[in-house]
Amino acid sequence: MRNIWVIAQKEVNSYFVSPIAYLLLTMFAVIFGFFFWNSVGYFNAASLQSQMGGQAMPMSVNEYVIRPLLSNISVVGLFFIPMITMRLFAEEKRMGTIELLATSPIRDIEVIIGKWLSAVILYAVMMLFSAINFAFLFRYGNPDWKPLAIGYLGLLLQAGGLLAIGTFISTLTRNQIIAGAATFGVCLLLWVLEWVSGYETATWAKVLAYMSVITHFDSFSKGVLDTKDAIFYLSMIFLGLFLTSRSLESLRWRS
Amino acid sequence: MITVQGLTKRYARTLAVDHISFEVKKGQIVGFLGPNGAGKTTTMRILTCFLPPSEGSANVAGFDVLEQPMEVKKRIGYLPETPPVYQEMEVQEYLTFVGKLKGMSGQSLANRVTEVAGRCAVADVRTKLIGKLSKGYRQRVGLAQAIIHNPEVLILDEPTAGLDPKQINETRDLIRSLAGDHTIILSTHILPEVEQTCEQVLIINKGKLVATDSVHNLQARARGAESVVLEVEGRNGSLDAQTIQHRLETVNGVSRVLLKDFRDNRSVFEVESLKDRFIRGDLARAIVESGWNLNELRPSAMSLEEIFLQLTGGEKIEEPLPAEAVVQGESQ
Repeated sequence: MRNIWVIAQKEVNSYFVSPIAYLLLTMFAVIFGFFFWNSVGYFNAASLQSQMGGQAMPMSVNEYVIRPLLSNISVVGLFFIPMITMRLFAEEKRMGTIELLATSPIRDIEVIIGKWLSAVILYAVMMLFSAINFAFLFRYGNPDWKPLAIGYLGLLLQAGGLLAIGTFISTLTRNQIIAGAATFGVCLLLWVLEWVSGYETATWAKVLAYMSVITHFDSFSKGVLDTKDAIFYLSMIFLGLFLTSRSLESLRWRS
Repeated sequence: MITVQGLTKRYARTLAVDHISFEVKKGQIVGFLGPNGAGKTTTMRILTCFLPPSEGSANVAGFDVLEQPMEVKKRIGYLPETPPVYQEMEVQEYLTFVGKLKGMSGQSLANRVTEVAGRCAVADVRTKLIGKLSKGYRQRVGLAQAIIHNPEVLILDEPTAGLDPKQINETRDLIRSLAGDHTIILSTHILPEVEQTCEQVLIINKGKLVATDSVHNLQARARGAESVVLEVEGRNGSLDAQTIQHRLETVNGVSRVLLKDFRDNRSVFEVESLKDRFIRGDLARAIVESGWNLNELRPSAMSLEEIFLQLTGGEKIEEPLPAEAVVQGESQ
């Protein structure tokens, strides 16, 4: 446990002493700020219109602002995840520092979880920047906080799964760019798999759609904690970390 | 402290280490000598539990590298060929991180970091980024990292590579000062380094151990027969080198006389004896009685370099032979 924290701390530090964390946070803050501004503007226009129509229907901020924004984050996150994980092991392999970790009295799994945890922490910090925007909704409106909390939990679980896959891919190469590009490809594929369900209802299409990370986020964005979806993400985390540990092990026998 | 038996490492196509066996006693400095690609690094990686052996066993500080790697790792300090440093860390931060990896913490770790930084002469760059340091400093940070947890066994892969001569001397002094408390294996392809630093040498070539002995014995064994360098000067002007050579060849027990240098009135010879014959006295008498001056007479100690070339099959031997066979082949 202590070793995991030693590694995680070191990784978080190296994110924040290099430009990468600031670049990611700035990009995310700008992109999400734009989404938020857009979404609130649309909501305002819509509610104004409905008032002008004379039939002032109650419009839910949760339904019209928070939910679509959470779905946006879940998709935008796919683009950020490769940039977070690409260096985790590729850099250690390139610099030879993997030899230090491998010859220290610390288990592979502790290194892996520590590194993955640092990636989750960076992602969570990114989420904080979106939370700043949401805070305005609470200041000027009266949304329900529970669906938002569940939405964030879903985002962290989804990111956890993808970050675990990215961590695995990072062990396969000593080149960060290759690790990043491959992770991006996998993330993208895991997103679009869901499209087949649009025109096909056969079992294979259902299986493909089930594997898409985005479908499982629907329930979370509605504020529903569905164990089925949570388990999907948890098993993805487990699979990713397991593959990482296998990959590190095989590295020793091969190299 | 270190026992290696029948250690073998096979990669997909190549045999990197081929049934090596040796033993290192506590507190010794052992030089691991061999040309590039001989299997030094692979052997060290097996000893540090970085790579598993294909066959054979290695026991470090009483623990088997395959069965109890955690116990082994606690007791070794390892400096790989390229120091495993993080460019974006400060020296002190890095040493603290490594200390934590090795299971240290708190005030004792902080004290140890200061102590080790002083000992490895990196105290003046404690707050600098490692990425901004020169190669020499980085190498010493790597060394500091290896000794941070005061390990019983130190494994150093080419610790002086890339340093300038002054730094090389300092590093050697540092390594020598660590012996006693620590058992040290260091690999190198620089021969004088072994002669100066190590008590014992393991010579490895193409994955095979070709010799293992103390530096002193190795020189003696490879020499076998006595070899003497002579400088002779004629007393009255001209002197024919051929005459001297013929005279020397008639001395009892001499197997070969080589004219090494001839200038003005002086000639330098290298004389080899038959095995187990002592010829220095007879040589001196022969020269003086012939009326020449004997300016110099010294045994020519075979440098480790020559031994190394012999053992690793530079010109004379194609396949590495056991040291015993080499010695005989040379003296006959």
